[in-house]
Amino acid sequence: MEELTYIVKRILQMIPVLLIITFIIFFGMRLIPGDPALLLVGNRASDEVIAATRARLGLDEPLFTQYLLFLKQCLTFDFGESMTLRAPVTELFAQKAVITVSLTLMTIVFAILISFPLGYAAGVKHDSKIGSFIDSLSLTFVSVPEFLVGLVIMLIFALRLKWFPVGGWGDTLGERLHALILPAFTGALGTAALVLRNIRGNVIQVLDKDYVDFAYSKGLSPWKIRTRYIFKNVLISTVTLLAMRMTYMLAGSIVIESVFALPGIGQMMLNAILARDYSIVQATVYLFSIIVLLMNLLTDIAYSLLDPRVKLN
Amino acid sequence: MAEVLLEVKNLHTDFITEERTVQAVNDVSFQIRRGETFGLIGESGCGKSVTCRSLIRLVKHPGKITGGEILYQGKNLLEYSEKEMRGIRGKEIGMIFQDPMTTLNPILTIKTQLVESLKDEKMTKKEKEERALELLRLVGIPSPKERLACYPHQFSGGMRQRAMIAIALASRPRLLLADEPTTALDVTIQDQIIRLLKRLKRELDMSLVLVTHDLGVASQMCDYIAVMYAGKIMETARAEVIFERPRNPYTYGLMRSIPSIAQKGKKLYSINGAPPNLNDMPKGCPFSPRCEFCEERCKKEMPPLVQVEPGHFSRCHCAEKMEHIKGRTRPEEGGALYA
Amino acid sequence: MRDILKKQPPIFWAAVIFLLLVLAMALAPGLFTSYDPIAQDMKSLLQKPSSAHWFGTDNLGRDIFARVVYGARLDLAIGFFAMLVPAVFGTVVGLTAGYYGKSIDAVIMRILDIFTAFPLMVLVIAIVAILGSGIRNLFIAIWLVGWREYAKLVRSEVLVAKSSEYISAARTLGYSNARIMFRHILPNVVNSAFIYAISDIMLCMLMGASLSFLGLGVPTPTPEWGAIISEGKSFLTTSWWIAAFPGLMLALTGISISLVGEGISKRLQKNG
Repeated sequence: MEELTYIVKRILQMIPVLLIITFIIFFGMRLIPGDPALLLVGNRASDEVIAATRARLGLDEPLFTQYLLFLKQCLTFDFGESMTLRAPVTELFAQKAVITVSLTLMTIVFAILISFPLGYAAGVKHDSKIGSFIDSLSLTFVSVPEFLVGLVIMLIFALRLKWFPVGGWGDTLGERLHALILPAFTGALGTAALVLRNIRGNVIQVLDKDYVDFAYSKGLSPWKIRTRYIFKNVLISTVTLLAMRMTYMLAGSIVIESVFALPGIGQMMLNAILARDYSIVQATVYLFSIIVLLMNLLTDIAYSLLDPRVKLN
Repeated sequence: MAEVLLEVKNLHTDFITEERTVQAVNDVSFQIRRGETFGLIGESGCGKSVTCRSLIRLVKHPGKITGGEILYQGKNLLEYSEKEMRGIRGKEIGMIFQDPMTTLNPILTIKTQLVESLKDEKMTKKEKEERALELLRLVGIPSPKERLACYPHQFSGGMRQRAMIAIALASRPRLLLADEPTTALDVTIQDQIIRLLKRLKRELDMSLVLVTHDLGVASQMCDYIAVMYAGKIMETARAEVIFERPRNPYTYGLMRSIPSIAQKGKKLYSINGAPPNLNDMPKGCPFSPRCEFCEERCKKEMPPLVQVEPGHFSRCHCAEKMEHIKGRTRPEEGGALYA
Repeated sequence: MRDILKKQPPIFWAAVIFLLLVLAMALAPGLFTSYDPIAQDMKSLLQKPSSAHWFGTDNLGRDIFARVVYGARLDLAIGFFAMLVPAVFGTVVGLTAGYYGKSIDAVIMRILDIFTAFPLMVLVIAIVAILGSGIRNLFIAIWLVGWREYAKLVRSEVLVAKSSEYISAARTLGYSNARIMFRHILPNVVNSAFIYAISDIMLCMLMGASLSFLGLGVPTPTPEWGAIISEGKSFLTTSWWIAAFPGLMLALTGISISLVGEGISKRLQKNG
């Protein structure tokens, strides 16, 4: 069980990193000018109310005690109450996560559907007109910000053609899926463009390998060569990129959810920043960091499963 | 004489890009008989590898076979569809490559790569596995049962080369193309692989095309030899004839640049200059700028490939002038010329 | 340098010319328009593009063409300066980590690990959230996180260069560490950082525009493309020109930088 030991070791290694992250978050938040209690109850509140609020938030404790309190929140995933939304942060997260996670998943699916075939085609036909056309298309989508792509897509498919809602979430599953399509497609284009370029480069490299020629010389069917020889080898480095993009997408959800008015975690985070609702900001940054660390581990595991030359240690 | 297995007639393979067309194989003809080893010899870039790849129509992009015939058992492979060609590859003509590090798929086990090469559809899965085991044994891989489940990176260089040979031989091809099969290996392992190929050829009654720049290897293995230069055959004959009586200055130059014990203490000969750029070929004989026998005529006229004695052809205006020249005797079986 | 520009396709030169034009706008916007980008004109609200207002006007009667021209300055400045500081800092960090190795490298790599645990966008947004929105804080945010890619890139190249013959030769000659690092190793590892820096200008510019679009970057009424697009978002169906022209400029500038970067990187990789 060498692998299991490794995974446990990696998880244990996350603890100091997470500790430092909580430290940075906590003291970063204290740098903010202004009294959070004042912000919560307003300038006109009486001194008693302010003092009571301070006590409730634990702000009258010494700084170190406050940090321990925050650490306890991080460990128990109980981040207290949101100052603006008047609800437990953890509960809010659970509600919003459905939207952001389904958005991320759908985005990944779209990105794969777009980038795999096109990237493969661009690699195989890299010195033809089709190849360079796909190539310049991908260059375009790498170089244009998501919010702009989102607005154009919204203008065409929601405002003009009216095939999709302009924004918002739905009540039924069908409505919700419908509402996710445009935002997911928007996010997918940028990711697909990057992944496509990666696949294209890998395909060109792999096609030049002797093992592909050897496979042909054995008289294998083109299908077998494409799947077992070319695509599987191409996939090894692409999987790493896809995983990296997945963590990026969590953050990118802030932009996309804002464009399409999807009430997910990104939207909540943006509103929290604008309204200075720090308990939500703290919790989001912390949770996102955990997800990123876990994704990095998962990527390494996936990598070792795909490539027998790579061992987990 | 044994029957002709493969005959190449006026083969042309060009590399066509937008800017220019390079003639990598230029009007090459030869034949390979059953059970015979045919050597294609020359410096890198002379077109020997491209010729070899042309035989099973696997020329790397942007190369293209533009003319000639490749007759395998009397049928022109150039007229075959891609699908028909698949029936030839592996089953009739197999191929092994130079670098065993890069010729095996790194992410598939040896077993998978062996089993997928067995093209007999009547075989059951179990029979295929049995056969895979047998193949590893055939090429001399120790404890083959455990080795079957391994990935290529768990093998040493020599073992990988053996595994590659086993895979190429899986469907018992009648002709094996070997493109520099020993170049990437250590000298001791080179020798083992040469012996292995010789044994397999005998046991399986195969013909072999051996592409090499190493005259030592060629002299140990080949029955016939064709020396190539700048996409053309310069000289061809039975191996012992070429070694004893070279009638082309290029062949002679190659031979003199092999070190040997007899010449101990003397400065090693080397041919002046480098092979011509295929984009910018000399007008006459391609070897003329480097040739010590070069005459005015050589710079202007491409010499034809002419018979200098029965079964011995040379492309040189000055072939007669070389009649007094003696080559080297062929080294004994198994002994390396460069030892 | 001459080699880099040799035999580039026409599209490369089109991108260069476009970027020079944008640069000219940034340096001397007055040459392109006589309108004031923040002057409101209540008599000409939401006007279509015309000969008087080439790109039309917005809901406050401001001339969109003037806002786009003046916006070039801020967008280019964000892209360039947000790239520059982390590029230099990250290169020095990567050089130090790779060259000295051992414990120095280990410490730097751990710090890098922590920084990589935050997704870039979240970190930038969190920093802006802490420090408040505005251009200065936007720079600080990108500077704090932007160096990690350069450090990683340069470090791995230094590890390769360090083992090469000419470095051991320089060591044998008794050159100082600083001299070996900056005179001998740096010129050999700087290419990949340079290639990344070009696309980084674009990424920083897009990041700045995105933050302004979200209302976390440049404050109103300062002309900046992302901010103008954000203002035009509510008028997409009725007054498309407000968002369309700055959007087009942003897209074309981004694509042009990418094209130039790709052209240069192809050449550098071929030579190197």
